[in-house]
Amino acid sequence: MQFLSYLINGLGLGSVYAIIALGYTMVYGIAKMLNFAHGDIIMVGAYIAFFAITKFSLPLPLAVLAAMAVCTVLGVVIERLAYKPLRQAPSLAVLITAIGVSYFLQNGAQLLWSSSSKVFPSVISTGGISLGSASVSYLTLITIVTCIIVMVCLTLFINKTKTGSAMRACSEDKGASMLMGINVNMIISITFAIGSGLAAIASVLLASTYPSVYPTMGSMPGIKAFTAAVFGGIGSIPGAFVGGLLLGIIEIFAKAYISTQLSDAIVFGVLILILMFKPTGLLGKKINVKV
Amino acid sequence: MAEKMAENGKTPILDVQELGIDFGGLTAVNDLNLQVFDGEIAGLIGPNGAGKTTVFNLLTKVYKPTRGKIFFDGKDTAGKSVVDINKAGIARTFQNIRLFGNLSVLDNVKTGFHNVTPYSPITAILRLPKFFASEKEIDEKARDLLKIMELDGYADYLASNLPYGAQRRLEIARALATNPKLLLLDEPAAGMNPQETEELMDMIRFVRDHFGIAILLIEHDMKLVMGICERITVLNYGMMLAQGTPEEIQSNPEVIKAYLGD
Repeated sequence: MQFLSYLINGLGLGSVYAIIALGYTMVYGIAKMLNFAHGDIIMVGAYIAFFAITKFSLPLPLAVLAAMAVCTVLGVVIERLAYKPLRQAPSLAVLITAIGVSYFLQNGAQLLWSSSSKVFPSVISTGGISLGSASVSYLTLITIVTCIIVMVCLTLFINKTKTGSAMRACSEDKGASMLMGINVNMIISITFAIGSGLAAIASVLLASTYPSVYPTMGSMPGIKAFTAAVFGGIGSIPGAFVGGLLLGIIEIFAKAYISTQLSDAIVFGVLILILMFKPTGLLGKKINVKV
Repeated sequence: MAEKMAENGKTPILDVQELGIDFGGLTAVNDLNLQVFDGEIAGLIGPNGAGKTTVFNLLTKVYKPTRGKIFFDGKDTAGKSVVDINKAGIARTFQNIRLFGNLSVLDNVKTGFHNVTPYSPITAILRLPKFFASEKEIDEKARDLLKIMELDGYADYLASNLPYGAQRRLEIARALATNPKLLLLDEPAAGMNPQETEELMDMIRFVRDHFGIAILLIEHDMKLVMGICERITVLNYGMMLAQGTPEEIQSNPEVIKAYLGD
């Protein structure tokens, strides 16, 4: 059955978007900024995993951990150096800075590792299992399972730990949080750390699916994941999950049934439609401005 | 009672000396001297715009003073941050309620325990026994606080769905969770009916006795202020107009003039 295998492939692609979208949505929810450099963190993660596997011949789990470690530190450093000084600045200044950081990372990667693309080794076995007439690759299965594990862990972390409730408190009212003794700068750093760590996981999944690593590889998945976050309602964690999966499914179906060239146009077209009828996204909350 | 403590050579928990703040050319508070002693319920009153909430913002370091000094627990608080002050032991509520509306009532109180919860995020991620033990302890403590503030029936409600009076009590519970030595209440009875105010007065007295803390409150409800405050400071145009017991304040001609006009 073609339909089922398209659906599962869509879920696989959507899982990658969802993991990336979580980074966008968490940072937006807590720091109230759009971190457009998030996609480029993925690129850095992919390079780190690439070198870990090819140069240092580390096994895959260690390569993922190395990528996570580097991306987490990178995310926190970027926040401290580029965004923290702008905490009181208008949001447009922060947005432009994020775009600047994005170009900085892309050009830095070009300088360090050249602009020619590198072939990511196929570390996840290429076989698959068959579900009825549809066959599903191990990679797709691993991607979907990873996304579910990430979602469950993150939801537990946000809802059941003191750091999680501090994050929810900060997203609602930073001033009141500070007066309750919550170190808001620390919470923002933790948010960037988690988002960037997730980006590293996504980078390995992405580089295994589309096995080429190059300095601008993060921008398109970054924009798609940002779209997924807006789709689901930016700031909402379940929203990023739902938005990511839907976006993946729509993209694969558009490619399969309509046109490969038009698939991106269709994805963004659906986004525009949804925002016309539900401006806060699927699971976003309406913000009541008090008068 | 306070005067007696002062005579006994006891140092006040809060000692404000010649405090002042300017916003541009506007002097919002000037030359304020204010002491609060251990276990005391003190009041800060004054007409609208007198600078009462500004004083709370100065005490909690939301604003940096232009002049003067604030000593808390015998230590100069100059240069401390909002978070430092909370850790040092000053907690507050807000005139316009600032609860975390999308969090449950229980979780609101738990955020107050943030700094007294002794585990790191790493412990939480690894799910070490310490994480479960301290989460359980916090849960129990938070429920105790809800019981004291008569909110135990609401634990799983979203804070924004609570009735108004209950939201005010929840703010007090959340502030108490930070384990303060001094509790600042900004118009705790605002919007309450006479019966709720009556209950609130009992609650404030109970909190003082139960936790052994000092309380400084801003209030317009004179029945509450005169009923529970042991000492009252009156502000007008950012300046201290009078200080004394409820009886002294009620008979002070300057105060009557400020409230009723000439």
